[in-house]
Amino acid sequence: MLEIKNLHVELEEEDKRILNGVDLTVEDGKVHAIMGPNGSGKSTLSYVLSGKDGYEVTEGQAMLDGADLLAMDVEERAAAGLFLAFQYPVEIPGVGNMTFLRTAVNAQRKARGEEEMSAGEFLKVIRAKAKDLKIDADMLKRPVNVGFSGGEKKRNEILQMAMLEPKMCILDETDSGLDVDAMKLVADGVNALREEGRGFLVITHYQRLLNHIKPDVVHIMAEGRIVKTGGPELALEVENNGYAGILAEVA
Amino acid sequence: MAMPKQIVQVKQDTTEARLAGMTRPDGAGWSNEARDAAIARVRDMGLPHGRDEYWRFTKPADLVASDAPKAAVFETDEAPLWDDRDRLKVVFVDGVFDAEASDDLSLEGLSIERLSQVTGADIHWAKELYGTLEARGQDPVDRPLAALNTAYATDGVVIHVTGRVSKPVNLIYHHKSEASDAFLHHLVKLEEGAEMTLLETGPGAARLNTVLEVEVPDTARFHHVRVQGRDHERRAATAIFTRLGKESTFKSFTLTMNGRLTRNECVIELTGDDAVAHVAGACVGDGTAFHHDDTVFITHDAVNCESRQVFKKVLRNGATGVFQGKILVKADAQKTDGYQISQSLLLDEDSQFLAKPELEIYADDVICSHGSTTGAIDEEALYYLRSRGVPTDEATDLLVLAFLGEALDEIEDEALAEGIHERLVGWLSRHKS
Ligand SMILES: Nc1ncnc2c1ncn2[C@@H]1O[C@H](COP(=O)(O)OP(=O)(O)OP(=O)(O)O)[C@@H](O)[C@H]1O
Ligand SMILES: [Mg+2]
Repeated sequence: MLEIKNLHVELEEEDKRILNGVDLTVEDGKVHAIMGPNGSGKSTLSYVLSGKDGYEVTEGQAMLDGADLLAMDVEERAAAGLFLAFQYPVEIPGVGNMTFLRTAVNAQRKARGEEEMSAGEFLKVIRAKAKDLKIDADMLKRPVNVGFSGGEKKRNEILQMAMLEPKMCILDETDSGLDVDAMKLVADGVNALREEGRGFLVITHYQRLLNHIKPDVVHIMAEGRIVKTGGPELALEVENNGYAGILAEVA
Repeated sequence: MAMPKQIVQVKQDTTEARLAGMTRPDGAGWSNEARDAAIARVRDMGLPHGRDEYWRFTKPADLVASDAPKAAVFETDEAPLWDDRDRLKVVFVDGVFDAEASDDLSLEGLSIERLSQVTGADIHWAKELYGTLEARGQDPVDRPLAALNTAYATDGVVIHVTGRVSKPVNLIYHHKSEASDAFLHHLVKLEEGAEMTLLETGPGAARLNTVLEVEVPDTARFHHVRVQGRDHERRAATAIFTRLGKESTFKSFTLTMNGRLTRNECVIELTGDDAVAHVAGACVGDGTAFHHDDTVFITHDAVNCESRQVFKKVLRNGATGVFQGKILVKADAQKTDGYQISQSLLLDEDSQFLAKPELEIYADDVICSHGSTTGAIDEEALYYLRSRGVPTDEATDLLVLAFLGEALDEIEDEALAEGIHERLVGWLSRHKS
């Protein structure tokens, strides 16, 4: 599904290296988690995969189902099935949440040569999915993320994911800012999407989310590379002992 | 600052040259007095010159020249605006009334007549108003093109509103001749408690000069929505003069698309306590030839009045936008609430926005705010939309519409606002970067 090989990334504006050879493969149907200290490059990896400006890939590659992600525009990557739930979702005053999502769903369908969703059908689907995530009608009508609480923004990201039905979902600290119940809702939302033909890369600092979304593989990122890979027990080790032990071991 | 002598001379010469080419309409009757006075005002002020304080950002030459610069007629297959809305239509083609295309001039709650037909009458209510608010609006800033209009207007509508009018009156301005130079002068007099909506749509002429004088007495309400037609080469100088009584409301919105040169002036005087005046504009311009200017002057001269100016401009490919807005709060105008915002969204580095926001306040218990910003598309928002699969051009359009939305929100009537929104969507689909 997602294949990242020896990815090196620098900032475009200043001479600063952030990723130093990331190797990572997420297989079809699997959930991988990435943990790692603050500033280790987790968000940067997600931005580079989604195509955000400001980063320069100096070496390596990233493929989605064999297609070269790094050669595509941001919107092409989305249409190809990549989705990033942002650590900090952007507020967009004046653009209604519904209008935005319908435009996005239909733009992706169009790009894939599929039929557009009618207004009525869209409304039906979004209402059902919003209900599952306890997002009320008022939030759907409001401008994208404007005035949403931290947790509401995160739930809105998952709603978008549920509507867009991407192949490869990257969740960047979707659990941060969520109360215990909301975390359960979000995890249920993710679990409902777990199936053959879809992969997940879940970036998190806490074991708690991984209790709800059971990962198949856990990676530890430090200083811009994956320094250790293991099973779910790796997350427990981090939770109990922090990173010191792991980092010393790989140093 | 005193004007150098040679410029005074140039102004005088161009003014005399222009006046020499003008002819007063036949049957001007009682309006002759006001027209004479207006000509004297024009001579006194001189027609605009680039050195005039309020013409520094907008070259007036094409508006002042004796002959209207030619403007090709813009063919469109777009459905007429607000097509399914019940309106009283009054049609002018290149400034000439078109009886056949117009509706019967009768509507419950108001009387509507044509200026050219009432000036011949011995006596008419319009005599009191014609040129009166325009003349008042000349102080402290000169508006010579409006005085020129009072002097030479060939037609227009005079509306007396006595009740609450059920449907809008729509002045429809067609432009069919390449060299037309039109002067229309409209008067609206509302009675206390009366209410109406006036719509103005279309390019009107190669060069269109309109003046709208609106008397809004105590508790009356006046709504105005205008769409300046899309002809790329048209030019226009418009002026609105209004005076508000106690607890009255005046709301005006203008959408401008294309046009080579547009100068929209609006002069509002709040003279009764608790009056409300809102004036808003959305404008989209594409190309170096596009120049749009909003010049607003609001005088607070009563207690507890509210004024709001919301102007939004989207400019691309070297287009120019200008905003000059002033709030003057007189000493007795306590509890004034004055708000002014003018913003431009520049879609490239060649476009420009020139703004001159002014506040002059003599009362101490007031809230006045003004802000003017120039910005580009928000890259973070654009990335976010694209990351969900929305193509760059569509995402840009969404952000442009969101930006203009704040001005459109000033339109009370949602169906009218929806029509404006559709027009903008259409414009954006034809103007891709
Ligand atoms: N645009 C930028 N300008 C300057 N520094 C940047 C930029 N983007 C990332 N960095 C730096 O790169 C490093 C990695 O940042 P990144 O946000 O990827 O870390 P992270 O692993 O997601 O951290 P956290 O766990 O705190 O979210 C940090 O040192 C950060 O300051
Ligand atoms: Mg991060």
